[in-house]
Amino acid sequence: MSAEAAHHGQGHGHDHGHEGGASHGSFGSYVTGFVLSVILTAIPFWLVMARPLESALWTGIIIMAFAAVQIVVHMIYFLHMNTKSEGGWTVLALIFTVTLVVITLTGSLWVMHHMNANMMPMSVEQLRHQP
Amino acid sequence: MFSNVDLQKLVFGRFTLADIPYHEPILLVTFAGVALGGIAVLGTITYYRFWGALWRDWVTSVDHKKIGIMYVILAFVMLLRGFADALLMRAQQSVAFGSQEGFLPPHHYDQIFTAHGVIMIFFVAMPFVTGLMNYVVPLQIGARDVSFPFLNNFSFWMTTAGAIIIMISLFVGEFSRATWLGYPPLSGADMSPGVGVDYWIWGLQIAGIGTLLSGINLVATIVKMRAPGMTMMKLPVFVWTSLCTNVLIVAAFPILTAVLALLSLDRYVGTHFFTNDLGGSPMMYFNLIWIWGHPEVYILILPAFGIFSEVTSTFCGKRLFGYASMVYATVVITILSYLVWLHHFFTMGSGANVNSFFGITTMIISIPTGAKIFNWLFTMYRGRIRFEVPMLWTVGFMVTFVIGGMTGVLLAVPPADFVLHNSLFLIAHFHNVIIGGVLFGMMAGVTYWFPKAFGFKLDPFWGKMSFWFWLVGFYVAFMPLYVLGLMGVTRRMQHFDDPSLQIWFVIAAGGAALIGCGILSTIIQFVVSIRNREALRDTTGDPWGGRTLEWATSSPPPDYNFAFTPVVHDLDAWYDMKNRGYARPLQGFKPIHMPKNTGTGAIIGGLSVAFGFAMIWYIWWLAALSGLAIFVVSVAHTFNYNRDFYIPADTVARTESQRTAALAGQA
Repeated sequence: MSAEAAHHGQGHGHDHGHEGGASHGSFGSYVTGFVLSVILTAIPFWLVMARPLESALWTGIIIMAFAAVQIVVHMIYFLHMNTKSEGGWTVLALIFTVTLVVITLTGSLWVMHHMNANMMPMSVEQLRHQP
Repeated sequence: MFSNVDLQKLVFGRFTLADIPYHEPILLVTFAGVALGGIAVLGTITYYRFWGALWRDWVTSVDHKKIGIMYVILAFVMLLRGFADALLMRAQQSVAFGSQEGFLPPHHYDQIFTAHGVIMIFFVAMPFVTGLMNYVVPLQIGARDVSFPFLNNFSFWMTTAGAIIIMISLFVGEFSRATWLGYPPLSGADMSPGVGVDYWIWGLQIAGIGTLLSGINLVATIVKMRAPGMTMMKLPVFVWTSLCTNVLIVAAFPILTAVLALLSLDRYVGTHFFTNDLGGSPMMYFNLIWIWGHPEVYILILPAFGIFSEVTSTFCGKRLFGYASMVYATVVITILSYLVWLHHFFTMGSGANVNSFFGITTMIISIPTGAKIFNWLFTMYRGRIRFEVPMLWTVGFMVTFVIGGMTGVLLAVPPADFVLHNSLFLIAHFHNVIIGGVLFGMMAGVTYWFPKAFGFKLDPFWGKMSFWFWLVGFYVAFMPLYVLGLMGVTRRMQHFDDPSLQIWFVIAAGGAALIGCGILSTIIQFVVSIRNREALRDTTGDPWGGRTLEWATSSPPPDYNFAFTPVVHDLDAWYDMKNRGYARPLQGFKPIHMPKNTGTGAIIGGLSVAFGFAMIWYIWWLAALSGLAIFVVSVAHTFNYNRDFYIPADTVARTESQRTAALAGQA
């Protein structure tokens, strides 16, 4: 694209420059994003390695929560997403993606939970071979 | 061949000479036919010294128009293969009763129905849809190409690579016998240890990359490259449906890729995602693959809806009735298509709550679809309808698709589905909507845009023959299946015991023969039209009295599509321009910046065939080598800075003045 930028304004349809595009961030914003990412990664590692919490369930839930926050940090500081970038298309795409991910995850959990609940009771023989 | 078995394994993986099916007469004859046909084609190309032009102008082309044409050719070629499978099945089922075993043993019959489904959906319907979108969308939005021209070429060759892998399975080894969606545990390593399922997995994975990238490309094109003035609510309906289809592709195909990857892990390295033991669940496979599978249905049908909208409005000489409602209906279908997937496995045992939720969402999705049907009917109402071939397909679609839609809503009632599931009623239903909807739509689209792509119309007589054969053939072939399905006959049967059923299968086979006449008519139509091309020539660029921007340029359009980017003021931009006395600019041309052709896409596609083949046959050295080669070629391509060029202003001026002369000549 940099080679093409020199020819900009010649009346062609292939590159649109950055009018209305995403901002490219500053050194400061990258550092902020990096530091946040490191913290959000280090805490889950600590949770698993030092095991300050007895409950494996809660450890798992907290790690998932940190992962979700990590996604948001990446989107804001590295992907430069905000409500104005690309004329609102980015945020529209985000809403669509989140909707579909929520549908897929909750739907699958709901469906599979019912499948599991409706399974025929297992015999003792099968239970013994269960993992 | 090798005295040392280990060495043979090292070089050829699990391939041995016994895997060449030379003991199957049907396959041998087919192979002879394909080989002779192939030699004839290669000989013709060599005789006319066409190799150079083929490579320069087509294989390496990044022009969205040529790529679109190649997609449609791929679809037609694969349609012949898929239809040959259909004829074999219909013939087998019409004779295999009682003591008659028919001519196809079960292991062969099972491959055929799997191949038929896979080919018709992934390598006929998808290339048709992608090809027409590729050709038409940039023209309709007044752009010179898609957003990422190289990616477009690459996508096409990945799709073709997938098709080639599926075709290799016909003559080397075997194809999957595990149905078109490959449900485990049948598709697992225990039940299907051979190469069949692996052919299926790698064919779909490689083609899926092409489909996904082409989806991203077209979304970016529609969002970023519309002509000035073309706001979202001034987009032609076909562009709207293409946008929604490609959004669905981008969102849904990764799920297919992930599911197939998990299944591959089960098969290759012994994981237990979808096995019956050690914590796996085949039910999860059904759940995930239909989260992709149902949107896929709408990926296919939405562009067809767009084509019917364009055709109806053009051939009735009216603006489309209810444009805004059409757009909202399309968007609503896009979202709702993610909320209905469970209706494909009501009988798996999720219980009443889950089933009723998905039954109701399925019924809701018929509401926007019904709104579309009424929009087309009201567009026809008081229009000056010209019953040319594309309009015939459209009317045939409206009647046929409504029947298919009604049987679909019937199947959406969970108690009814418990009776009809896995029966021929379901087969009749989805052929009703896919032939009556997608196929009719693609035929309408091909007939409608053929003069734009090649500069002459298709012969209308053979077009009508094709339409009537398809329409009548469809009803004769599939109405008996509805009857049989209501009687409880299940799908995928190679043999029947009850002789009273035979008459229905004989009628259905007759219908398949009629459809065969329809396909033959289409081939004759192409031959006749090419021979009579001077009589059918269109010099105006606007043979149907069109309304959208693709008709504003010449037929076929120049490489750069539009010498000047058109400015849009209204919906149906070209109709508006004609009404306001638009005059073509004759001077002031500027050099036009264009992307350069590249062979990288075709090379990576070829390497992908080698990679897929190696993975299927466990030829690990070849897999490593071709995988490395794909990586190296991809990286090397990023260092290719020689990607663009300018069409000089005087070349543009010369092309445009030829058009001016042609326009003056036809007056």
